[in-house]
Amino acid sequence: MNPTASDTNEHHTSPGWDYSPAPERTPVELDESYGLFIDGAFRAPKSRKRFDSINPATEQTLASVAEGGAKDVDDAVQAAKAAQGPWARLKPSERAKYLYRIARRIQERARELAVLESMDGGKPIKESRDVDLPLAAQHFFYHAGWADKLAYAFPGRTPRPLGVCGQIIPWNFPLLMAAWKLAPALACGNTCVLKPAETTSLTALKLAEILREIDLPPGVVNIVTGAGETGAALAGHPDVKKIAFTGSTEVGKVLARSAAGTGKRLTLELGGKSPNIIFADAAIDQAVEGIVSSIWFNQGHVCCAGSRLFVEESIVDEVVDKLRHRMQSLRVGDPLDKNTDVGAINSAEQLRTIERYVDAGEHEGAIMHEVSADPLPTKGFWHRPCFFTGVQPSHLIAREEIFGPVLSVMTFRTPEEALTRANNTPYGLAAGIWTNTGAKIFEIARKLDAGVVWCNTYNKFDAASPFGGFKESGFGREGGRHGLKSYVKF
Amino acid sequence: MTTRLDVVKTCKLFIGGAFPRTESGRSMPLHDTKDRVIAHACVASRKDMRNAVEAARKAASGWENATAYLRGQILYRMAEMLEGRREEFTMAIRNTGGVTPAKARREVEASIDRLVRFAGWSDKYQQVLGCQNPVAGPFYNFTVPQPTGITAVFAPDTPSLLGLVTLLAAPLCAGCTVIAVASESQPLPGVLLSEICATSDVPPGVVNLLTGQRAELLEPVARHREIDAVVAANLTAGQRTTLQEGAADNLKRVHLVKHTEAQWEDDDLVASPWNIEPFVESKTIWHPSST
Repeated sequence: MNPTASDTNEHHTSPGWDYSPAPERTPVELDESYGLFIDGAFRAPKSRKRFDSINPATEQTLASVAEGGAKDVDDAVQAAKAAQGPWARLKPSERAKYLYRIARRIQERARELAVLESMDGGKPIKESRDVDLPLAAQHFFYHAGWADKLAYAFPGRTPRPLGVCGQIIPWNFPLLMAAWKLAPALACGNTCVLKPAETTSLTALKLAEILREIDLPPGVVNIVTGAGETGAALAGHPDVKKIAFTGSTEVGKVLARSAAGTGKRLTLELGGKSPNIIFADAAIDQAVEGIVSSIWFNQGHVCCAGSRLFVEESIVDEVVDKLRHRMQSLRVGDPLDKNTDVGAINSAEQLRTIERYVDAGEHEGAIMHEVSADPLPTKGFWHRPCFFTGVQPSHLIAREEIFGPVLSVMTFRTPEEALTRANNTPYGLAAGIWTNTGAKIFEIARKLDAGVVWCNTYNKFDAASPFGGFKESGFGREGGRHGLKSYVKF
Repeated sequence: MTTRLDVVKTCKLFIGGAFPRTESGRSMPLHDTKDRVIAHACVASRKDMRNAVEAARKAASGWENATAYLRGQILYRMAEMLEGRREEFTMAIRNTGGVTPAKARREVEASIDRLVRFAGWSDKYQQVLGCQNPVAGPFYNFTVPQPTGITAVFAPDTPSLLGLVTLLAAPLCAGCTVIAVASESQPLPGVLLSEICATSDVPPGVVNLLTGQRAELLEPVARHREIDAVVAANLTAGQRTTLQEGAADNLKRVHLVKHTEAQWEDDDLVASPWNIEPFVESKTIWHPSST
């Protein structure tokens, strides 16, 4: 589960000692081009538009993907609308069985899907293999079991499905986000139109294959690939009763405005600038591992990344030294190598964004610490893990979400100061606390404005554990009993 | 013999535990059913609303950190105070609402009972809305509800007292502080309710009550960045759009309700944990479990 724990105690990397390549070789069969998955079948886009999905580690084209237009979105929504009544009327325990089948089939094809996830998105294979895929399967398995037990989730109320759900997901956990969106919606008797992110469509299209393999009724899930315009068409469609979006706060607000007055339900899982607070009485080595997984997991492309580190002043030198040492041992490179810790940045555009923030950090006077290591591959999009010290709260890198492997280190003297500074952000997605004092854990955890608080751990996820934000990190929860509420009405 | 002249009460706003007049200097006449002017109510301005938000912000951490037991006792105290002033409230509803004495009395009694009901929920909804989560790993993981923060309430025109009490009590119960805009056409019960708050150990700023025009206050409330949640009853389609568009600025939580008169009396419908849930944020806490 812990993406970086495998080499927790290996501080032995030294110049001249190279790992042998350890590539994951499971083959993935890809078509040259993919259509849209509508009403149970792949079909060419009426828009007649296409785009290429590339491997961000090699810049090679993996497949041509359809760009759904307004007409395609309408077809998908109509298919979902037609399928919704029968799907909702299905005996709930039978509806559950479809979800169990999806979970099982994902497990069976997990390695292939993991490889494809790493190829299409750039994340290290050990993360796709050990985090994304197991969690995606668990999400379907967990929610399957709710389908015939929904009355128990809402004491005193009779939950009913909402109708057609338009679901728009990001590129950082492509298949896992698809699972987060689809599983609860389907369990509650809704039907879905899913729009994957344009740089990471391929595992969603593989999921479409799985949905056919397990005989999911046509129209229950429709997958329309495309970019922002496709998503806007989906969110704006009058027959979509519910919009579920994971992505930036900026786009989340645009969606909220466009949904105003329409009666559409909305859940938003948005950005973050999550604080990770280390007290002097923490187990420092464990805390340093926690920092590593909080900011460098998935190249920092994580909405809940612990991108603001607050260290108690008395231990800052020790923490920074250990962090620098540990950062030095991270292996950056081929996502398909089983020893890789930090893979490719998802896209050229995201790489530019990260570089812009790093430049701003240096320009504003913070001090950058970076791995000095072997040269990066010449093809592809790469950014070495790094952190900044000498960061002021007013600095851009301390305020805005970077969505990359860039950490801002700051200090504090008292728990009150740590809390005030941690909460001094419009975001409120996640937070971390490191201390061995139990009473302090509960007090700080209670007072942090965050939907998820990891104490003496970080970046842990589970289908049974509700996830979602306070404040401008959005509203609604995904996972657990709480996540069901987003997909029912009373 | 001189006949004694009535001492007429000046209706004021209730902000931060004090009773200021509106800074705008505006008032509106309140008529009884025979169209006689019986009082004047303040027409609160945007500035008054902002002052109320400031007071609510100041009071927020004290109210949030008070024990649930104490919040329950304070809500119960409000019920006790209201019970003692039943006749006055009944007259206020009768005079401005044009309803039968029996109906007005029933509304007051329902409002008292509603406060008692929420008083009881204040240390129980957490156990209904929270839970421990069986994650697949060596972790202890649980989810608890925490107050969303500063909540604005737009009460329905009718029932003027029961609607206000219901929409006010739910966020209070959740640990939120409140800025409430009373019924526009029948604000008198709302004005009286502020006196109940002032005498029930409700800490200053926890409840702030404004009278005035919904259409004027809706947009500034929707756009105010210090307000975290809004609950509004019986909005028009245009008002819903205004509220939700403005609320997108800081992603405040918007909860819209529409009930018939009979539904306002239905405890299961309007006074359950699902009516408190819109004013809480679920926080999930993880900790490793090992030796």
